[in-house]
Amino acid sequence: MNNYLKDYLLYLADTSLILSQRNSEWCGHGPILEQDIAITNISLDLLGQSRNFYQYAATLIGDNATEDTLAYLRTEREFKNCLIAEQPKGDWAQTILRQFFLSAYQYLVYEKLQAYNNEQLAAIAAKALKEVTYHLRWSSEWVIRLGDGTEESRQRMLQATNELWRYTGEFFITVDYEKEMNIDVADLKIEWMKTVRAIFEEATLPIPDNTFMQTGGKKGIHTENLGFILAEMQYLQRTFPGANW
Amino acid sequence: MLNFLPMLDNNKNKILSILEAVCDPEIPVLSILDMGIVRDVKFDNALLADGGIEVSITPTYTGCPAMDMIAVNIKLALLENGFKNVRINSVLSPAWTTDWMSEDGKIKLKKYGIAAPDKKNTIPKDGVECPQCNSNNTRLISEFGSTACKALYQCVACEEPFDYFKCH
Repeated sequence: MNNYLKDYLLYLADTSLILSQRNSEWCGHGPILEQDIAITNISLDLLGQSRNFYQYAATLIGDNATEDTLAYLRTEREFKNCLIAEQPKGDWAQTILRQFFLSAYQYLVYEKLQAYNNEQLAAIAAKALKEVTYHLRWSSEWVIRLGDGTEESRQRMLQATNELWRYTGEFFITVDYEKEMNIDVADLKIEWMKTVRAIFEEATLPIPDNTFMQTGGKKGIHTENLGFILAEMQYLQRTFPGANW
Repeated sequence: MLNFLPMLDNNKNKILSILEAVCDPEIPVLSILDMGIVRDVKFDNALLADGGIEVSITPTYTGCPAMDMIAVNIKLALLENGFKNVRINSVLSPAWTTDWMSEDGKIKLKKYGIAAPDKKNTIPKDGVECPQCNSNNTRLISEFGSTACKALYQCVACEEPFDYFKCH
């Protein structure tokens, strides 16, 4: 059980950490100051959430594992984040849409987990849910603004949808560690689609047809993007092991 | 609010006054007691003999960078006042809420220029009272402000921008 719990915690932590890292690329580059601050605030929330999961995982792993060794010293195949988190930040439309898809998903996952039969996991989820609620509202409003905005913003949202939709399929494929924990994510698809449909409708954006879905992230099989993120994120600890300030 | 294990009243008052002096580093007018960050203080006779005390705190937002500093500051304040074995314990459940902010804290916030959290609405689009001129003719500029716990507004009446402490 602990082994599956450990993997599940790492999956949740990795998804938050990699998305946080991606969003932080906007720091100093946001379209306007207020939104630069917003996206980096979201990054900070996600980083905090991943720290909670890593800290808990580290206590289960033992063997001198810490939140830092889990974030900085694992290899690409050991990361279990959803593929969508590692995709390039792209333009503002792509960043917004990715945030919306993932926040809508995290909302449903944490909502369930807050009643899960593990006190620590439930406490982290309940705490994270409050923050994800903001992320979901903020990104929903931006999807609507851009989709139902100018011809240019609409085109970019269509392109972002085309780029990212294929990575949403794995949200709803239950992998072995979820199965062992009696977590069935297939169930979440109906609710997630309901949220996406409502916001897309208001944004006057079409829902893509059923299409090929790229999967594997939750099992450690990634797109080429993750290696580059880790190279940058882990560089310091790999080059100067144990460095701190 | 605080659940003190059996202890002498003068010790309780002493500890409260020490904690009252520890501020939120990002909103220095608020003490950690005003913020509702301190959830529990354990200080029984056995610990007392040893100069020991355990303070449980809860983070406001999970990524709030002030939390590590607050933990260090509590420890320092207690050490300076003669407690030898200070333990800081971080608890997540129940999750922190602005409902735990003291009424006194809300008054201090307003005086400092930050609108206090409104129980009815997390982030209202408008109508938040301007802490400068008290007008309700205000508008939301951004749901995310200078720190995770605040949103940015502007007063239409006096034109001053101001922070609103989000209801959480």
